[in-house]
Amino acid sequence: MTTAPRSFAYSGTAATRTPPEVPRGVRAFLHRHLFNSPLGGVATFVLGAVIAIVLWRVLQWSVVDAVWYSPGDGSACRDAAGACWAVIAEKYRVILFGAYPYQQQWRGALVVALWLGWGAISATRLLSVTLRLAGWAVVFVASILLLGGGFLGLEAVGTDVWGGLPLTFIIFGGTVAGGLPLAVLLALGRRSQLPVVRFICVATIEGVRGIPLLALLFFAALILPLFLPPQLTVDKLIRAEVGMIVFFASYAAEVIRGGLQAIPEGQDEAAKALGLGYWLRTRKIILPQALAIVVPALFNDIIRAFKNTTFFSILGLFDVLGATKAALQDPQWVRYGTEGYLFVFLLYFLICSAMSAYGSSIERDNQRRARKAAR
Amino acid sequence: MSLSSTSQGAAPRVPSSGAPSPGIPPWRNPRVRAFVWQALLVLALLALVLWLAMNARRALDERGMTSGFGFLLDPANFALGEAFFTFTPGSPYLDAFAVGVGNTVLLSLVSIVTASVLGVALGFARLSGNALVSGLAKAYVEAFRNTPQLVQIVFWYSFFTLLPPPRQSWPLLGLGYASNRGLTVPAPEQGGVALLVAGMLVVGAIAAFAIGRLADRRRRRTGRRWRYVGVVEIAALVLPPLAAWLAMGAPTGWSVPVLRGFNYTGGATLAPEFLAIYFGLSFYIAAFIAEIIRGGLISVDAGQIEAANAIGLRRADLYRKVMVPQAMRVIVPPLAAQYVSLLKNSSLGVAVGYPDLFSVSNTALTYSGRTIEVLCIMAVIYLLMCLAIGAVANLVNRFVQIPER
Repeated sequence: MTTAPRSFAYSGTAATRTPPEVPRGVRAFLHRHLFNSPLGGVATFVLGAVIAIVLWRVLQWSVVDAVWYSPGDGSACRDAAGACWAVIAEKYRVILFGAYPYQQQWRGALVVALWLGWGAISATRLLSVTLRLAGWAVVFVASILLLGGGFLGLEAVGTDVWGGLPLTFIIFGGTVAGGLPLAVLLALGRRSQLPVVRFICVATIEGVRGIPLLALLFFAALILPLFLPPQLTVDKLIRAEVGMIVFFASYAAEVIRGGLQAIPEGQDEAAKALGLGYWLRTRKIILPQALAIVVPALFNDIIRAFKNTTFFSILGLFDVLGATKAALQDPQWVRYGTEGYLFVFLLYFLICSAMSAYGSSIERDNQRRARKAAR
Repeated sequence: MSLSSTSQGAAPRVPSSGAPSPGIPPWRNPRVRAFVWQALLVLALLALVLWLAMNARRALDERGMTSGFGFLLDPANFALGEAFFTFTPGSPYLDAFAVGVGNTVLLSLVSIVTASVLGVALGFARLSGNALVSGLAKAYVEAFRNTPQLVQIVFWYSFFTLLPPPRQSWPLLGLGYASNRGLTVPAPEQGGVALLVAGMLVVGAIAAFAIGRLADRRRRRTGRRWRYVGVVEIAALVLPPLAAWLAMGAPTGWSVPVLRGFNYTGGATLAPEFLAIYFGLSFYIAAFIAEIIRGGLISVDAGQIEAANAIGLRRADLYRKVMVPQAMRVIVPPLAAQYVSLLKNSSLGVAVGYPDLFSVSNTALTYSGRTIEVLCIMAVIYLLMCLAIGAVANLVNRFVQIPER
């Protein structure tokens, strides 16, 4: 007869213990995160003092000693010790709308309102994705029509004087709208069974990713006209936009490829077994899953596309940065460039932060859904 | 397996493999279709290229422009701004390109080093237990990541050019001055020696690293520790620069800037153009590097850290032996992508007039009229530099991969 092996485990039942108490509240936070050791406490004090002094200086410069209003010219700013925000009060119309005809700038304001408004509505996620995307398409087309005019008694305005925030939004919208479909095609092509298609897509993606965006924009803006027949003149804005789209697509294609690779082979095989053709499989089975995975990562590229709209200022187009540069060339105000660019900095910061926050909220949603599905 | 046999029995007409069966017409054969589609694609692309080339030919003829790369040896009658390398007007275009490449490479190198140091510090700071430190690092990352690089560059340029003139300049710790001419800082009197010493320091660092790895390999093979490895490593790091310094006659003179009249004498001046692009590149990329470093460090499994603590590793060893080697696998590929991005965005120097490759090309194409050639040369050089970074990154990546099984 064999005896049961003796277990090393405790055989009785232990009393259930309560989890260790984690102290909460302000004092506990201070103790844990600011004064957890003597050295840490000293570091906190020193760093805190430095931050306080710097913040006080910044506040003094930007608020206490600042001049907010100086009508006509910068004379009231001349003797001020602080910032001259009067330059914004004087030039905000140029910064926000560029060289767009002054009387017609309500159209630009309406475009900005459309974008910000629909952005806010989309961020609430009350509407379905299809509806939101359709809305963006409407907003985009409406912005172009509204700025261009030439119908219903709206004065026609050439793209050469479009500028400021509306132009930035339109460049951005065009880049994403044109770039995403191209990116999907490039990503699919890179994974294609057909060697020629694969080669063309790899060459495009790697070639474009290997040269600066600025070089690509110069190619598009300077060289493209040489290669087109003289009777076919394409607007400079559209030419530069082509460069933006190709650049965005090459980066986004690599992100989408990552999503395509994450879809298990079985999905495609199952669809094949059902007798679905390539495009039907791709459209109905592969892409919906792949795109859902990569949306948060794509947001990084989308935000970068927004930041890259500033490159248009180097081509001599008047996006927000270009318009600001032009506004600050006024000899009355040229001395307050720092304030002007800080304003632009803040403007971009707000928009990009909002997009970034939305992107990470999608990521959190996806994770929550995955956790729920796993349960 | 019974299922497959029944299904085959039920549908005997389905071919088992991709081989064409006699009953299928050629336009339904996957191989034929693949060939035809690709042939059509190639033909369409060839036609497009031919059409574009003919248009370009005609456009160039109409404007009386000649093509070819012969212009590279012609004298270039333009001046370029001051930077690492200077260009004398009248030298051939080839020299202008060389100056541009040199300025781009050195600017990128300096910026990469600065961005890496700052980024690593910020990445660790974001994980600090001290809420003030991590909060400050987070604020930095958010501010610099969520604004366009070009806005930052233009901001720095405007900031430096709007500083007061030298006579009312801001003193920096009594050593240098910040004025609208840029930063004027003390510099070693014999710049060449300083450069040599810095170069030897890099050599020494590589030597010390190699010695460390050799000692490590020996310890793994034989189980014996090399007691003096620390001393030897420090010696390998310090000796080459020290020897170089002594060999050059051990110059100790520092040239300190002094305000004379309307300008400074002595010291070295960093021009606003350089500072703008250098700050713009370094500070922007540092924010991204900080996020990559943070991501790499938190990717290390918590169990690894607990295990290291359980066997009593010191904090420095926890980082050096456990966390960093595992984090590096995650860090290196995106880090290389950031370096490539930095190199490419050094082309934004054109916005502030720093004579990098892009702005030199821009000037050269205006003066020579060879738009296509100049842009192609520039694109190829950028492509090669990006490929070079990619190749180095691949090497390093192989180095940091921890072989499993």
